[in-house]
Amino acid sequence: MEQLVNKYSDKLVQAKLGNTFGPSQPLIGGLDDTLVWNRKADEIPLLENVFKGLNINSLVFLRPKEPYSSLIGFLAETALKSFGLIQPKDCETRTFLHDLPVINEFCPDKIIHALKKRKSVIIAPPKNNKNFKGPAIIAHGMVSPEQGFITISSVCFASFIKFFTDYLEALQQGIATTDEHCLFDAVIPFLNPIQTVLPKFISSPFPDETIVYSAIIEAGKKTVEYGLVDSFFGNISYFWNGTLYISQTGSSLDELCGCIDPVPMDNSTSAGITASSELCAHTETITRTGCRAILHGHPKFSVILSMDCDPLEKAACHFKEQCHIKCPKKRFVGCTPIVPGEVGTGPFGLCNTLPPALTQANSAIVYGHGLFTIGKNNFSDAFKTMLEVETLCYNTYFKKIRVLRKTL
Amino acid sequence: MYGWTGNILHLDLTKKSIEIENPSLDILNQYVGGKGFGGRYLRQCATLPWDHPDMVICIFAGPLSASISPTSGRTHILSKSPLTGLVGDSSVGGKLATRLKRAGWDGIVITGKSKTPAGITIKDNLVEFKDAKGLWGLDTRMVHKKIKPENASLLSIGPAAENGVRYAGIIVDQYFAAGRSGLGLCLAEKKIKYLLVDGTGHCKIKDQKKLKTAREDILRLTAASPALMGRFGFTCLGTGAVYDLMDNRRMMPTDNFCRTRFESASKLNAVAYTKSYSTQKHGCLGCHILCKKIGTDNKASIAMPEFETMSHFTALIGCMDTKLVVKANELCNHSGMDTISAASTLACRREITGLDYTFETVLSLLEDIAFGRGEGKLLALGAKQYAEKMGRPQAAMAVKGMELPAYDPRGAYGMALGYALSTRGGCHLRAYPISHEIFRKPVATDRFSFSGKARIIKIAEDLNAIVDSLIACKFTFFAAGLEEYASVYEAVTGIETNAQDLLQKGERIYYNERIINALNGFSAKDDDLPDRFFTEAGSSGNNIFIPPINRNEFLNARKKYYKVRGLNTNGLPGKEKAQTLGLLWNNL
Repeated sequence: MEQLVNKYSDKLVQAKLGNTFGPSQPLIGGLDDTLVWNRKADEIPLLENVFKGLNINSLVFLRPKEPYSSLIGFLAETALKSFGLIQPKDCETRTFLHDLPVINEFCPDKIIHALKKRKSVIIAPPKNNKNFKGPAIIAHGMVSPEQGFITISSVCFASFIKFFTDYLEALQQGIATTDEHCLFDAVIPFLNPIQTVLPKFISSPFPDETIVYSAIIEAGKKTVEYGLVDSFFGNISYFWNGTLYISQTGSSLDELCGCIDPVPMDNSTSAGITASSELCAHTETITRTGCRAILHGHPKFSVILSMDCDPLEKAACHFKEQCHIKCPKKRFVGCTPIVPGEVGTGPFGLCNTLPPALTQANSAIVYGHGLFTIGKNNFSDAFKTMLEVETLCYNTYFKKIRVLRKTL
Repeated sequence: MYGWTGNILHLDLTKKSIEIENPSLDILNQYVGGKGFGGRYLRQCATLPWDHPDMVICIFAGPLSASISPTSGRTHILSKSPLTGLVGDSSVGGKLATRLKRAGWDGIVITGKSKTPAGITIKDNLVEFKDAKGLWGLDTRMVHKKIKPENASLLSIGPAAENGVRYAGIIVDQYFAAGRSGLGLCLAEKKIKYLLVDGTGHCKIKDQKKLKTAREDILRLTAASPALMGRFGFTCLGTGAVYDLMDNRRMMPTDNFCRTRFESASKLNAVAYTKSYSTQKHGCLGCHILCKKIGTDNKASIAMPEFETMSHFTALIGCMDTKLVVKANELCNHSGMDTISAASTLACRREITGLDYTFETVLSLLEDIAFGRGEGKLLALGAKQYAEKMGRPQAAMAVKGMELPAYDPRGAYGMALGYALSTRGGCHLRAYPISHEIFRKPVATDRFSFSGKARIIKIAEDLNAIVDSLIACKFTFFAAGLEEYASVYEAVTGIETNAQDLLQKGERIYYNERIINALNGFSAKDDDLPDRFFTEAGSSGNNIFIPPINRNEFLNARKKYYKVRGLNTNGLPGKEKAQTLGLLWNNL
């Protein structure tokens, strides 16, 4: 357990959500028969009471660093004025988190109450509170501290997406507030610039299976290093010698060693049962396009732009509450199509919408979810496309904002 | 009242009496249903022998049954096990729970003994005892043909139960087995051949709109689960989809757990059955996963074997024939006996006698067991008693008398702990650690480590206890969680709850089972695995090393579990913990 609490503390830092020192240093507790923490902290006595009130095995506590701190603080303050819930509409929240509860005190009873119902709670006391500096996020796990790590990074991702989509929409509707303008301006300096220098990849053709595994592991690590995926998730595959080599479900793209399933395309074995939820979308894409490499990340501005819709058109749309599964409009960012679709294989699964889209372009964005790119023979093409699309989305977003703000 | 009908049927076979209990809403919310209620009644007669006339057999639905709650079609059956002397229970699919609820009943508690074979029919509030002399001796398929249940749900036992097989099961709606624990023999002891239930009513739901939203949340999660609805998941290939995975992970019990790799496995996987038998999807009433597979053999519909059956009737007993597996599965289902225990007992026999099996000898021995003939009489006692009587007790791969399923514990240490601590003996479903150790859900854990596993197992046992009470299917929990099912519970019953409150109910239900077992003399000496797993390595290879389990590490993890569960160092429950959970306490 000691190893796990330290590992996920380090991963929160690597994900640029926390720091190795100061208030944003992650605090993680793991409980088997005894409770261990990754470090000493003033919050521990109170969090020990949270452990006593819940049937769990781990807690992750984080005061996220900027820009997440300001964004979550703002959304939380707004939420506390109504039902105490932040309700992002991205895919991860919709599927796994449902909503993000917010409380205004670092109080064990309130934390326990919230965590009995949901995977996380945001603590956002008034700014003048001297006893506790917020915002902070607490998430629990019943199997591993990894669950808290995933939840917290998803909360940060969802909050980021929500603020930037809400702000664009508010500007389009002419209802953006001074607070929103100020916050937007304040967080811009904290955005990580998109890297433009392409890394080098193992070049194709790959002579044997071992090189295929190495190429996948390398591409996964670089996708994380370049900040193109949240929670370190996403998925990746390569088709070689009649077999699709694909990352396993729930695997971290920066830790793929031992987490790649070989799935023969002739369906002769079911060993791919632990493969990514998007296996069907990958195999169908390989079949339809003839590509070998598929990369899926969650670059933020691709996700944000996928949810951008003209407010007047949206108001008149019959499916305005079901954009993620039934958006009827053909939408693009540049040449990249945006398609609806949920995770997996259900009737509205992206396995139905993504492969046809990838026959038209080397990239496609799934609404509120993430970006898929393909490479004919290697990962460098897929990676290059991913970077280009995200850069385009980033530039397009800020251009829209600049134009809209000029009209104010 | 929403969710529950508020009516529990008490049937006494000796007196042929029918009584109705109307528990308060507090009691219903406390025991929930299924396993929870079963434990309530078993506790009241915990120290009676399994075959005592006053011993109960509980057949329960749950508050979610007969609603649109996903995977709520299962029924829970509970009594004292003739095989182990422990709590004996089994969750079974089909449409029984739905029909029972629609007939106006939350559950049935059966006591007494009939002098002659009897059937029980329930059509809404009309409950009758029927003469079943003409059906006694018939197999479950013939019972189904004779009774022709149509829309009703039919539960029946076969010759195995009538002939005293300790691991006799119950068959529901032709294809669904309550296999484990020997519950078929419990019914046979009371001379009950069948139960036929039909209901035309509807259960009251507090908030249909909220229930629909909660249902959609769960469906969305299951659609995102590769293990359930992925291309190789249970929906497409049935539970047999796990077969290749166990081979791939080198944890397929082979030659009575002497090895963990079966070289012929790749030819005997779920894909092979799908091709040979043109399988179709089937499942419990209202289920969207549809994990049951029905194939076609000579134009006749035939239930395909589940994963455990596929594995044990090949690797465990050293056979390499899918046709044999299908026939053995059919024979076990028709005669009404548990495939896991049957195959494991045969594997034990093979190790002791050194005699390999053929297609014919396997089927012939299974028939001998079911009909109490020759060597079958001895094999009908289960692997533990068989091995003891043969003077080779160590050859029985069982925990507390129940034969182990098809996951070798040397390949998953949470499974090792789960097997040893299970309240019904060698069972993979109480803690179901395959979820995180193999399927990586909700996140992956290190399958070769005991680190953190004590609490993980405890929490999972609590979770599965409440799942078996609500009732939902454990498979759904590869994707969804109690967070989502708490919303369902609230919507159905109108009672405010949350994931942790449900988990606490599960803890209470599970601790009650530890008390029942302790009252019957079970303690730490029984919470253990066969020696083989600590002394012999599995089949390493492919960069996967399968050493023997380190006994000290196992015992240390078990010690931690006792502490986390609130048991003493001998694995016994305590008064203080019992009272904290609101449980009745008797001095042990």
